[in-house]
Amino acid sequence: MAAFIVQRIVQGIVVMAAMSLLVFLGVYAIGNPIDVLLAPDATQEIRAQTIARYGLDRPLYEQYGQFVWRVLHGDLGRSFVFNMPVTTLIFQRLPATLELTLAAVLGATLIGVPLGIYAGYRPQSRTARWIMGISVIGFSVPTFWIGLVLILTFAVTLGWLPAGGRGETASLFGIQWSFLTGNGLKHLLLPALNLSLFKLALMIRLARAGTREIMLTDTVRFARATGQSEATIIRHHVLRLISIPLVTVFGLELGSTLAFAVVTETIFSWPGVGKLIIDSIQSLDRPVMVAYLVLVSLLFIAINFLVDLCYVALDPRMQKS
Amino acid sequence: MSEPLLSVAGLKTIFNTRNGLLHAVDDVTFSLDRGEILGLVGESGSGKSVTGFSLLGLIEQPGEIAGGSIRFDGQELVGASINTLRSIRGKRIAMIFQDPAMTLNPVLTIRQQMKLAFDAHAGQQQSDFTKRAIEVLTKVGIPDPAARLDAYPHQFSGGMRQRVAIAIALLHSPDIIIADEPTTALDVSIQAQILAEMRSLAQETGTALIWISHDLATIAALAHRIAVMYAGRIVEQGTTSALIRAPRHPYTQGLLNSRPDRFPPKAKLPQIRGAMPSLSNLPQGCAFAPRCQFASDLCRSKIPPWSGTPQDGFACYHPLERAP
Ligand SMILES: Nc1ncnc2c1ncn2[C@@H]1O[C@H](COP(=O)(O)OP(=O)(O)OP(=O)(O)O)[C@@H](O)[C@H]1O
Ligand code: SF4
Ligand SMILES: [Mg+2]
Repeated sequence: MAAFIVQRIVQGIVVMAAMSLLVFLGVYAIGNPIDVLLAPDATQEIRAQTIARYGLDRPLYEQYGQFVWRVLHGDLGRSFVFNMPVTTLIFQRLPATLELTLAAVLGATLIGVPLGIYAGYRPQSRTARWIMGISVIGFSVPTFWIGLVLILTFAVTLGWLPAGGRGETASLFGIQWSFLTGNGLKHLLLPALNLSLFKLALMIRLARAGTREIMLTDTVRFARATGQSEATIIRHHVLRLISIPLVTVFGLELGSTLAFAVVTETIFSWPGVGKLIIDSIQSLDRPVMVAYLVLVSLLFIAINFLVDLCYVALDPRMQKS
Repeated sequence: MSEPLLSVAGLKTIFNTRNGLLHAVDDVTFSLDRGEILGLVGESGSGKSVTGFSLLGLIEQPGEIAGGSIRFDGQELVGASINTLRSIRGKRIAMIFQDPAMTLNPVLTIRQQMKLAFDAHAGQQQSDFTKRAIEVLTKVGIPDPAARLDAYPHQFSGGMRQRVAIAIALLHSPDIIIADEPTTALDVSIQAQILAEMRSLAQETGTALIWISHDLATIAALAHRIAVMYAGRIVEQGTTSALIRAPRHPYTQGLLNSRPDRFPPKAKLPQIRGAMPSLSNLPQGCAFAPRCQFASDLCRSKIPPWSGTPQDGFACYHPLERAP
């Protein structure tokens, strides 16, 4: 077990090194930030000074070396545009994205898995057809369009829910959260719903396919032959066996949504990191882009690691190796 | 004579498939006394497993039991409620399957799986569980059962896994165990061991066995009586000694002729020519006719009726002569 953890950490470091290099090179390919940093009428002298101050006149490998050196000391640089440390900037926005993502992914899982199991258990029933209908819609209709329909319906026409912003927040562990206040919860509902529809569809599909497959196995037949009830079989056999693919997809969705909730955050003016990264790309705010992408890689590695730990816990056959 | 423990009469199990209605089990009649071992033999697809599943009401969509009767200890099981069936499954009639790697749940420990099977039947003293689990594991020859309880199935060999499945079947001391080819997936030496152990277990506990196999030699070594199945029907039934010594049905004769122990090692086995017809495309009359050297026009026009007693007889127009 200890060997496994060490191995994963070493792997993670290698991946991070490769990622940071790619990100650094990639971001350098998209334009010169000097045009953004300076007013068009700045003198040649100020121009040269600024270039020197940001180290933009150094060779690329030297800039990368400096970047890595600073990162290792916890300094991801300062935003050109906001003129504040990038870490502060990102961590200000992160809780908003975090709670939106968690609400969406957890909601999709807690609702989607039972629906999927039902649809897989009784594939011919009318309810199962309805459930699969919902999942087809979740898969095929674009997120932005559903977002607009949700706003038009619940915010504009019915006036039940607000259309944008985080609403009131309350503090927990020194961080501001919307889900702790009634008003914040109302603000959270529509964007979370919007973000979760695709994931809901995915979880339904996955749980249904797994359940159908497992219900036909000899494991279930043997359990039935010992007199176990259908409820016991679903809870103790089916759920345990389908949880392995479900955990994988849960992890993947959690990571990708945390990183790329952009569309929903834009539609609902949700002040999360998704909006920040779009803004920073538009304004060529290199430090924000680089830091953001590096943090996202780190996040993916961490989530993958947790998923692997879950595998080991869920599947005893993995424990040997 | 008292009523047998289990009597099956005219059992009919059908599957409603895309290729039409399949009669997987058709007009099957047999009975089983306490402590008796009945062998059910036949080629792949002849309906042996479906017969076993039908007894426990384990036929699922698109299949159903379309007729006949299964009387178990005075109770009718065809059309019985799911609760009645569940109270019998595992408690009074247990079943084990061909491949132990597929039947045990790979992500649960042996203890967890045995506990689920134990708890499936109310009225058990919870404190007795571990004691009982160790008792049955010992009975089937698992070494150091107390420690092995917390192992997972993949930590056992194939033979040991099947022993665990047998132990689970023994948990509630059932009256009948249906064993659906439980040794087919195992090494030959382990097969022989498990066979011998099952025979003495059945004798010792008074449990009746329905032993399903496609291998007549295995069955002959174990069973008191044998029923031969072909294309969903029982074509011959009788005591092991009579059936082996003097088979009446040409198909039984064919199975006997393909027994390796009847021929010197190098000799080519005489196989029954042809293959069993698909259930969706059965010939009119006797289903064995296309492969039978005695087939007549009569055989090809009407299904042969049963001759003899339900326990002892055959379905054939031109049976082999009884040996003098
Ligand atoms: N779920 C099902 N759906 C449709 N047809 C089925 C189903 N299960 C069984 N059958 C039909 O019933 C027939 C008998 O199957 P069964 O499993 O009882 O054969 P078997 O004698 O046990 O063969 P084997 O030695 O291969 O286990 C099969 O040929 C198949 O056509
Ligand atoms: S009834 Fe006819 S075809 Fe069928 S087994 Fe007997 S002799 Fe052969
Ligand atoms: Mg079978």
